[in-house]
Amino acid sequence: MAINKKASAGPVKDSASECVAQPASADPSKAVLKTSRRDFLRAGGMLSMSSLMGAGALMAQSDDTKATVEWAEHFQKNYRLMTQKEKNEARLRLEKRYSAEYGKQVSVDTADAQPGVLMGYALNIRKCIGCRRCVHACVEENNQSRGKQRAGEKIEWIQVLRMERGEFSADKMNHGYPDGLGIQVGGNAYTPAGQILEGQYHYEPEAVPEKDATYMPIACMQCEKPPCVKVCPVRTTYREADGPVVIDYNWCIGCRMCMGACPYWARRLNVTNPVLPKEEMNPVTHYLGNRPRMRGVVEKCHWCLQRTRQGRYPACVEVCPVGARKFGNLLDPESEVSLILARKNVFRLKAELNTFPKFFYFYD
Amino acid sequence: MLTSFVSDYMRYVLKGGTKFYAWMGSLAVLIVGMMYVFYLQNTDGLIVTGMTSQIHDGLYFANLVFLVGVAAGAVTIVFPAYVYHHEGMHKVTVLGEMLAIAAVCMVMMFVFAHMGRPDRLWHMLPIIGIFNFPHSMLAWDVLVLNGYLILNFICGFYYLWVKYTGGKINNRFFMPLVYVSIVWALSIHTVTAFLIATMPARPMWFHSMMPIRFIVTAFAAGPALIILAFIVIRKNTKMWVDDSAIDLLATIVTWCLGLAIFLTMSEIVVELYARTEHANGLYYLMFGLHGLTNLVPWFWSSVILMVGSFLLLIFPTIRRNYKLLPILCFTTFAGIWIEKGMGLIVPGFIPSPIGEVSQYYPSFVEVIMTIGIWACGFFILTILLKGAIGILLGDIKYSGAKAVVTK
Repeated sequence: MAINKKASAGPVKDSASECVAQPASADPSKAVLKTSRRDFLRAGGMLSMSSLMGAGALMAQSDDTKATVEWAEHFQKNYRLMTQKEKNEARLRLEKRYSAEYGKQVSVDTADAQPGVLMGYALNIRKCIGCRRCVHACVEENNQSRGKQRAGEKIEWIQVLRMERGEFSADKMNHGYPDGLGIQVGGNAYTPAGQILEGQYHYEPEAVPEKDATYMPIACMQCEKPPCVKVCPVRTTYREADGPVVIDYNWCIGCRMCMGACPYWARRLNVTNPVLPKEEMNPVTHYLGNRPRMRGVVEKCHWCLQRTRQGRYPACVEVCPVGARKFGNLLDPESEVSLILARKNVFRLKAELNTFPKFFYFYD
Repeated sequence: MLTSFVSDYMRYVLKGGTKFYAWMGSLAVLIVGMMYVFYLQNTDGLIVTGMTSQIHDGLYFANLVFLVGVAAGAVTIVFPAYVYHHEGMHKVTVLGEMLAIAAVCMVMMFVFAHMGRPDRLWHMLPIIGIFNFPHSMLAWDVLVLNGYLILNFICGFYYLWVKYTGGKINNRFFMPLVYVSIVWALSIHTVTAFLIATMPARPMWFHSMMPIRFIVTAFAAGPALIILAFIVIRKNTKMWVDDSAIDLLATIVTWCLGLAIFLTMSEIVVELYARTEHANGLYYLMFGLHGLTNLVPWFWSSVILMVGSFLLLIFPTIRRNYKLLPILCFTTFAGIWIEKGMGLIVPGFIPSPIGEVSQYYPSFVEVIMTIGIWACGFFILTILLKGAIGILLGDIKYSGAKAVVTK
């Protein structure tokens, strides 16, 4: 499996072939396990053995290393203010700690934004079938907490809102609003149609798409004027030069102002120590992206920085079975996203709030 | 001289009867409970509370907001005393300042309880951390709250110090500080209102009436607590608080409570007449939404407490009846605590910005923590008030000959 191979191969950058490789699958139970086992065997005993031994060695001294590493971590600066040297130190500290903790070679990328890139996202709401594979792929790729015992242990960044297809019916046309005095001033002919901002969105259908529903996936909109960034008292969350709004998990104080300010409910709080089984942990990480988080900090979608800064698509884009999700460079007029903006009818969610999302919805 | 002040003060405060020790002892037990749940929260995480990613501010934030109001309420003593030269108030101003100090301490403790990572709070300190000052409302709030704490500390203890040494107050130093602290009291609650009123993502809070509503509720709840404290002081110490001071405070409570009710009513009319989706939070609070009705009994009990207290307090004869007044002060205080605490903070998150309706159940841990912090606040308040009363009564006095010589 691409991710495992990459981890043991070392540097992340020079493996262009992996863009074609299978991404984290949407159906974790089957697809992933099969491919990863095959891949594991193919990768050859030598490499795997050596990495296992390395991991073992790391685990043996884990207690001591972990303690000292975490101590230094407590006193590091805000990521954005670190010098390159400090970034490297922080990166090595984290790689050491994560490798020991998860028993495998973990890489923490610190790749910066590339000039001339402004990431953008477009989603075809007509195509979305509500399968929620993007949700699961996102969880796997981005090392979200996935415990099942307590409610707060499960974190999903993408929400697929299920909306009922309403209809108008003739037999209710004469049920007025309000009744009384014999004068009907409004109608009750409708049943809910389109998005009403009420209700529960956790649906588990047997098959999708459902006949009487439409779907609207949402996640962080990576706003150009992000309200969450403005309210952060310690500037731990900010917009990167290439677009995504990121969080330095080590600097976050857990005050949750950003969660209150976000109009899209994109942010989640790690209410407890994240539940991330060793074997499920994705070892290819980015400092501002999917590296494992800690208790008490806020996290959210960052458009898979660990992938997109290396020229790959976000996991949700790769996994979408109907091709509803498009991702690309807004500054490149030939990119898929730019072409969509130029040719399709697009809209942004809650545009009236002037947050200027870089996440667009469109339909053919 | 300073060391003798501290030691005299401490010695006086530590001396007390059985009643005093029983009071402080039971508070201490509650404080120990608070420490234990604080430990739980910082090992297992906020999962031990009822807060979730949907409703991520709960009892702690609600109490924080309310107590900022109590702290600001101290100005209802300072203002008449120094601006209108109210005789009765002037004698007890320092007690109000002590209350403000205790309330701000409680606010700070609730901040610690609220944080996901209290160990990283130093990230907010300027120079060694990052203080996102003009942008973040929370940064403003930290600034005004700490400023208010310092101002009250200086004003209160300078006054006590002068009384202790038997000198004269240097008005050129003291009065400007008093005037600044009066304006500052308004600022702390205004900024706290801005904290939640500047988020269009939360339509329940997103209106410009918020600051004035915060201030009037503060000026009802704050003096209500002060009246209770004054009556306890009159009963249990040699200190006598003039009737005129209590009467004036009762009048302030009455009319600020009336204004608070008026503003709540205005909000209800404006929101529910149009009944847009933005009114869902208020609707949830008043009647429940999608069958979820946790806060409905709280809201209506708060309405009954506030309106009932107001209707009785209007009558001067009831207001001046010191048997009834404490009860009405308590009901006012409780009513506003509900309205501004749970009743304002929690429905702001229901439904969530994407329309999810969920409920908030404060956990046992949260309740213990909240009670513990209140106990700690009363612990501090008792110490501060006892010391201050000792000095005002002249029980604590500088005995060295130097004091007479220096001034």
